[in-house]
Amino acid sequence: MSAEWTAIGQIGIVVLVLAVAHRPLGDYMFRVLTSPKHLAVERVGYRVMRVDPDAEQRWSTYLLSLLGFSLASVLVLFGLGRLQDRLPLDLGMAPLDPAGAWNTAVSFVTNTNWQWYSGEAAAGHLFQMAGLAVQNFVSAAVGISVLAALARGFARHGTDSRVGNFWADLVRVTVRVLLPLAFAAALVLVAGGVIQNLSAHTEITTLAGGTQSVLGGPVASQEAIKELGTNGGGFFNANSAHPFENPTPWTNALEVVLLLLIPFSLPRTFGRMVGDRRQGWAILAAMATLWVAAVGLLTWAELAGPGLVPAAAGGAMEGKEVRFGEAASALFAASTTMTSTGAVNSMHDSLTAQGGGVALVGMLLGEVSPGGVGSGLYGMVVLIVVAVFLAGLMVGRTPEYLGKKIGRQEITLVALYILTMPAVVLIGAAIAVSVPAGLAGQLQGGPHGLSEIVYAFASAGNNNGSAFAGLSVGTPFYNTLLGLAMLVGRFVPIALVLALAGRFASQRKVPEGAGTLPTHTPLFVGLLVTVTLVVVGLTFVPVLSLGPVVESLS
Amino acid sequence: MTTARPHYSSGSDTVAFVRQTWAGLRVLLVLTVLLGFAYPLAVTGVAKVVFPWQSNGSLVSSTGERVTSRDDAVGSLLIGQAFDGPEWFHPRPSAAGDGYDTLASAGSNLGPLNEDLLAAVEERRTAVADAEGIERADVPVDALTASGSGLDPDISPAYARLQVARVARERGLSQDEVRALVDDATVGRDLGVLGEPRVNVLRLNLALQTMGS
Repeated sequence: MSAEWTAIGQIGIVVLVLAVAHRPLGDYMFRVLTSPKHLAVERVGYRVMRVDPDAEQRWSTYLLSLLGFSLASVLVLFGLGRLQDRLPLDLGMAPLDPAGAWNTAVSFVTNTNWQWYSGEAAAGHLFQMAGLAVQNFVSAAVGISVLAALARGFARHGTDSRVGNFWADLVRVTVRVLLPLAFAAALVLVAGGVIQNLSAHTEITTLAGGTQSVLGGPVASQEAIKELGTNGGGFFNANSAHPFENPTPWTNALEVVLLLLIPFSLPRTFGRMVGDRRQGWAILAAMATLWVAAVGLLTWAELAGPGLVPAAAGGAMEGKEVRFGEAASALFAASTTMTSTGAVNSMHDSLTAQGGGVALVGMLLGEVSPGGVGSGLYGMVVLIVVAVFLAGLMVGRTPEYLGKKIGRQEITLVALYILTMPAVVLIGAAIAVSVPAGLAGQLQGGPHGLSEIVYAFASAGNNNGSAFAGLSVGTPFYNTLLGLAMLVGRFVPIALVLALAGRFASQRKVPEGAGTLPTHTPLFVGLLVTVTLVVVGLTFVPVLSLGPVVESLS
Repeated sequence: MTTARPHYSSGSDTVAFVRQTWAGLRVLLVLTVLLGFAYPLAVTGVAKVVFPWQSNGSLVSSTGERVTSRDDAVGSLLIGQAFDGPEWFHPRPSAAGDGYDTLASAGSNLGPLNEDLLAAVEERRTAVADAEGIERADVPVDALTASGSGLDPDISPAYARLQVARVARERGLSQDEVRALVDDATVGRDLGVLGEPRVNVLRLNLALQTMGS
């Protein structure tokens, strides 16, 4: 029993910390996103940037600002990758090839942090800290900004579709939320043993007389925002399994808390922004239900250790670190795939078939439980609209949510949102299994090989970034196609959500009536969870059957 | 609401987008100064003063002392290293390069039904059982599997204990002396529930080396 009890104990600690922290943090983010005042340092920044933080933008202008910022980010990151050998602190790394630089630029700008390269062998320090780590901050801030715009859509009535100011949202979330939290977390991680220096890699003689390189790098500063912003891009190839990124069981628990912290606090922020905290609680309940279910299933699978190799070895420890063991690895795996983080503290390719299947489904749910920072919650709100619409169909009333009518145009936007991710995942995977360049990447054939490919496109299309890393993805084929999947999987949904926000902001408020479906009740939470599962179920059952399900049954 | 931005007609959407991209570039550059330079350098500066040993990689000298200079170091307590000889405690199998190569951190990425992995597990089981003179069934799981990073610094207390007899014999020490070193090096779960009990192999071998000299 002791393995189960300690597993429950460490899940309990994580839950406890989140339970204590989500209200103050959610309230704080509410104030950040609604305060009319700018900090002095922000005012200076706006003047240097020459942007007007007080201009209320229509949804279309908000989107243009967001896309313009993201395009500039992709171009700069692409350039840094292509020219990294000419930067200081390059460690003698070669420039990234064009397809690789494209993939990495898109990957970090879209908050995916899919990595085809190995950090310690391909990325210089300056490229990591001034290129990749910067995007860890701002891509997270973009997600929260979109959510803020959507919340304003519900909170405002009869405007000409004005949803806030993108530049102000971006800067405030970065400066007031992410930066202070990341700074504190980085120092705590250093205390635990995460390195933070600008040294190059140096060879030393080991105790037994061999040689080994001691690695350097500004790791802790990147590690903190990597988890906090649900980014997931490791400084090193082994990501959070690497002892210099995640040295102890308690840093591991801290990293799990960090990657769940903002996604689980934002429902509070949303509830306050729309003027009804109960709505936030209901969303939190739905998210938590799915997360707890996934953690429970994945922990059970890894502790039980079913399958040929785990049974023969006496446990599912392939790809796992001794200091974490099965339980802490399972907790991390479920949390990272359900938050669109994609950091890993164990190799997901070596998870049990059942455990790997849960991780895959966690992403295919559309990253809403609790999902990436901002993106998880706006994805959940889209599913709420679907749930409200279905309920409206059943009783024959015009569906509404938070005083806004869900008409034909609103539901069209929602339907397109729901269809985008599955289309990206399934079409991408279908192309990969149809051409030799795609099939060549598999480390292992059969159902596990299919799982490797589907996992890659699920990860890219949902902006997660974790991998069944046996798949060789550093090829022009995968770098180009997965880059495209990440781009579509990020910005098409964002455009649709902002359009929805604009429509809601221009609507007048529908007074609540006897026929209004209450959206804060346990009944509605149940409906929402069911809708989430049914949508993914109907879409992905065939491909899941051929991959993890076949594997589980063998 | 407050002042409105000029609203662009669809004809000048391209112009608007180019303007927004220029604005985006300016914003990105300012934020890069803050997030890409000021922030990591501030963390580095504070870490250097407050946690000099940790921030440099938790390095140790051949006598087991904490050092910050790489010239004096035989390794990092956080990073596993290869120990092949019979006089050492052995770490786990490693998929990082040729084993414990820090420039190639990696797991095997082999799946739970993989035949090659199964063969590797059986081969390791035989090798460990032969080396330690124990039953094949008594070899613990961490001795049979490669870690996620390939740099796992730890082994399970079970794997450490079953190496005691061999190491004591090879070094001419009593088993009790060596077992005491293992007990000293054994660390429990953090806060009683986090992670797993473990033994740091480099720390244990350093203690062994210091004792022998």
